[in-house]
Amino acid sequence: MKLLIIAGPPSAGKTAVVRQIISRFNPVSRCAYLKIDVVRAFEDKELYDEFKIPTKKIYSGDVCPDHVGILVMKDAVNWAEDNNADILIVESAGLCLRCSPYTTQSLGIAVLSAISGTNSPLKMSAMLALSDLAVVTRVDLVSQAEKEVFRERIKEVGRDLDIVETNALCGTGLRYLFRAIENQPEIEDLDKVVLRGNPPLGVCTVCVGKKEIGWENHFGVIRKLDSGDFFFRGD
Amino acid sequence: MIYQSLRFIIVMHNSEIMEITVLPGKNRNGGTENFRQITIRPGDTISIVGPTGSGKSAFINDIEMFAHEDTVTKRTVLVNGKMPPEEFIRDPSKKPIAMITQNTKCLADLTVESFLDMHIKSRKLSDPFVIEKTISLANEFTGEKIRKEARMTSLSGGQTRSLMVADAIVVSDTPVILLDEIENAGIFKEKVIECLKTHNKALLFVTHDPLVSLLSERRIVMKNGAVSDIISPGDSEKEALSEVLRMDSAMSLLRERIRCGELIKSIPVL
Repeated sequence: MKLLIIAGPPSAGKTAVVRQIISRFNPVSRCAYLKIDVVRAFEDKELYDEFKIPTKKIYSGDVCPDHVGILVMKDAVNWAEDNNADILIVESAGLCLRCSPYTTQSLGIAVLSAISGTNSPLKMSAMLALSDLAVVTRVDLVSQAEKEVFRERIKEVGRDLDIVETNALCGTGLRYLFRAIENQPEIEDLDKVVLRGNPPLGVCTVCVGKKEIGWENHFGVIRKLDSGDFFFRGD
Repeated sequence: MIYQSLRFIIVMHNSEIMEITVLPGKNRNGGTENFRQITIRPGDTISIVGPTGSGKSAFINDIEMFAHEDTVTKRTVLVNGKMPPEEFIRDPSKKPIAMITQNTKCLADLTVESFLDMHIKSRKLSDPFVIEKTISLANEFTGEKIRKEARMTSLSGGQTRSLMVADAIVVSDTPVILLDEIENAGIFKEKVIECLKTHNKALLFVTHDPLVSLLSERRIVMKNGAVSDIISPGDSEKEALSEVLRMDSAMSLLRERIRCGELIKSIPVL
């Protein structure tokens, strides 16, 4: 089975890209879909209604969705294999943009919108740099010059990043994404799948629900405004 | 020695001159389009006409991305009779096509100068005066001058469009330029067309404008998402063209008078 991990900011068009992937490959290659989100998500039901493929969603609640993604990935692969899937598509929530959910033995796809601002590739550099392929959506809404400027910004983050420009609703230009999926090897050894990058750690009293402002009121890994260093306060 | 290198330059230049072929796709009912192939060469001027929603923009979009039966229209676009190399589609510095879309707003939050600078980088140009050249050409097309310190997001529709046309000529400098409704946004369209015609480029205009349509050598007529006819008027529209030219300059004069705040009590007969 092949593993595709799709990340990107909210409303970048991740699910539109997923729809195109499923339309292209299913049912010859059977697709399964897992959505990891924080508060609400509807994609699992929508995609099930449309394609009748195995879908699942989990909410991470108070925990970072990418951390949860890492924790459940092995179960998810086993679930998809039990459902005889040939391709498992995992879509992340894409929130703080510091995480990068891609694992080894998977195809990491970063989805970003051409109308999200020229600096957005730099802001989400962790998510972009560790991906295999960047899909730029909504290119139909910008001029060609703008599209080329946006592409240049992505290249600043990852010189060798494969860039695919698309209007994901129509699927134009996705031929290069489909080719990358065709060429993607299957998962070889699930026990050896690891995260490509280091996830950020936020272990402090804010994480567990204390709401007071100011570092004086918190324990764990904290920082002050002026000193850039993080330090540990507590036992 | 000099002679040899000169010849080399000429050969290099010739290799860039290309022929683009559009092969038919399907209309909205699934029927095949009404043409065998459309060939576009440098120097050609072609207008694409038809009611809104008839598939005009889709036609030039297919050319821009070298469709390979993977767009809604299912057309195929070839370069020199063959599938174009992937870099033509994916590497902006090798792409032989520039497109001016209908968008009159730029969403890139950059100054004009840094926007052009980044575009120049993506096109891998080294001429240090490209930014100045582009802005001064753009300022020939628009009434309100563009400053290089201005933010792209603050430009008017006409200024954005003028800058994009100038960018296509100076920065992209491609053998094929696609223009989607150049007449909108209140720029000096005659000046744009005049300037474009001096650079041996293939020009495709999506247009509702009678003058732009008649100034083109060929007219592609769209209907129901497909090409329904291709007209090559030759000299048969010569009289109509000179009449339209006269009417258009009268309208331009009137437009400028209104723009200047005049009260229009009479229109001089030209």
